[in-house]
Amino acid sequence: MAEMTHEELTAKVMDLLEDVCGDDEVRRHMDDDLFGLDLLDSIAAVELLVGIEDEFGISIAPTEVPRNEMNTPDKIIDQVEKRL
Amino acid sequence: MTLFSDASFFILLAVAIVPAAVIGLTEHSLRHYGVVLSAVLVAAAFWGQPVQALGLVAYLVLSRCALCWLARDPKSERRFVAASLVTLCPLLVYKVSAVFSLSLWGFIGISYITFKGIQTVMETHDGLITRKDLGFEDWLYFLLFFPQFSSGPIDRSRRFAADAHGIPSRDEYAGLLARGILLLLLGAVYKMVIATLIHRYYSPTVWGTGDFGTELWAQVKTAYLYGGYLFFDFAGYSFMAMGASYCLGIRCPRNFRAPFIATDIFDFWNRWHITLSTWFRDFVFMRITRWLVRRRSSRAASVWPNAVFWPTCSSWASGMALQLTTLGMVSFTACFSRQRKASRSALGSTRLTAMTSGSGFSHGS
Repeated sequence: MAEMTHEELTAKVMDLLEDVCGDDEVRRHMDDDLFGLDLLDSIAAVELLVGIEDEFGISIAPTEVPRNEMNTPDKIIDQVEKRL
Repeated sequence: MTLFSDASFFILLAVAIVPAAVIGLTEHSLRHYGVVLSAVLVAAAFWGQPVQALGLVAYLVLSRCALCWLARDPKSERRFVAASLVTLCPLLVYKVSAVFSLSLWGFIGISYITFKGIQTVMETHDGLITRKDLGFEDWLYFLLFFPQFSSGPIDRSRRFAADAHGIPSRDEYAGLLARGILLLLLGAVYKMVIATLIHRYYSPTVWGTGDFGTELWAQVKTAYLYGGYLFFDFAGYSFMAMGASYCLGIRCPRNFRAPFIATDIFDFWNRWHITLSTWFRDFVFMRITRWLVRRRSSRAASVWPNAVFWPTCSSWASGMALQLTTLGMVSFTACFSRQRKASRSALGSTRLTAMTSGSGFSHGS
């Protein structure tokens, strides 16, 4: 995969998150706990992991990252970036 | 000897904490001591029960062989399914034969050792645990760790191994030890004072011939007394298990967080027997969901993970008793209605099911 800038990566992850949460509200909560806001639940979290797998070709197992390290958009972007 | 119940256990525990404190406060590794202590206490728990002990040893040999075989080719689906089945086998044999009053292959702690065994199989398949990560001693320590052996909490192997290998500084260990001892005392008060006291007033009766109000009051009182007893007994045990773990440098996860202030049934399951709820979430629910999502099933199909999750969860807990399986179905219905993007009335029905399930739970076991 060609080198992706942080902005491109952020845009792709946020599109994915909006799709998974079914709400563009998620863009206004970059540093908030999406589970606490009811924007993510366990099913949406799995959809997100599978989406990341399809979009970026990286596989994150359901128990690989503790929930509190992947519960905000910023943290999710960070986890994807680390693995690219 | 029964773990966390008999006087002899508490005497042994009090004695065993002294060397642990010396080792920990002088900044040495507690791992080998913890392994030996766990082996001795688990052996004492099986004393005089050779058939159960044999069941445990057979389980350990089989599941270790299956895990090592899987670790050689972790991505193989065939090996993963076979290793999972071997690891689940004793619990399945036990639970199914219990229905026919046979209870084959049963031994103390069979459920919790299976939960721990199966998670190492899954994480090995995921590539999170490699062959060098879970050496024989670490694996055995994780499965036989005496504070969590008979009734949880269910720890996670990678977290557990990191704690077992870490050597905390003197201050850090002193903090752990102090918290550990406090938790042991708090748990003892919960379980041996409060739960015992409540149980004294707990006397379930069948619906009698008195007037409706009196009979109803008797049933409601029984339900709440049992709920209270169950909480203080189990939360007390869990605090003691946590405390003993801390004394050995293992930061055992918390199992209860004030469940009776929960606002709905979901909140309740995030507060009651937390390590079991999250274990099922991570290793059953999310796995089935992932399998379905990968096959491009619509979100509507997500009803299936719930339909499998709740009855499995409750039939494990209840040994397939009718009342708790009903609770499983009630929780499932609540989850289903929430997934249908909870309207105000659906939320109302959730509250109602939370209350109904409360009384369901109290009639169970």
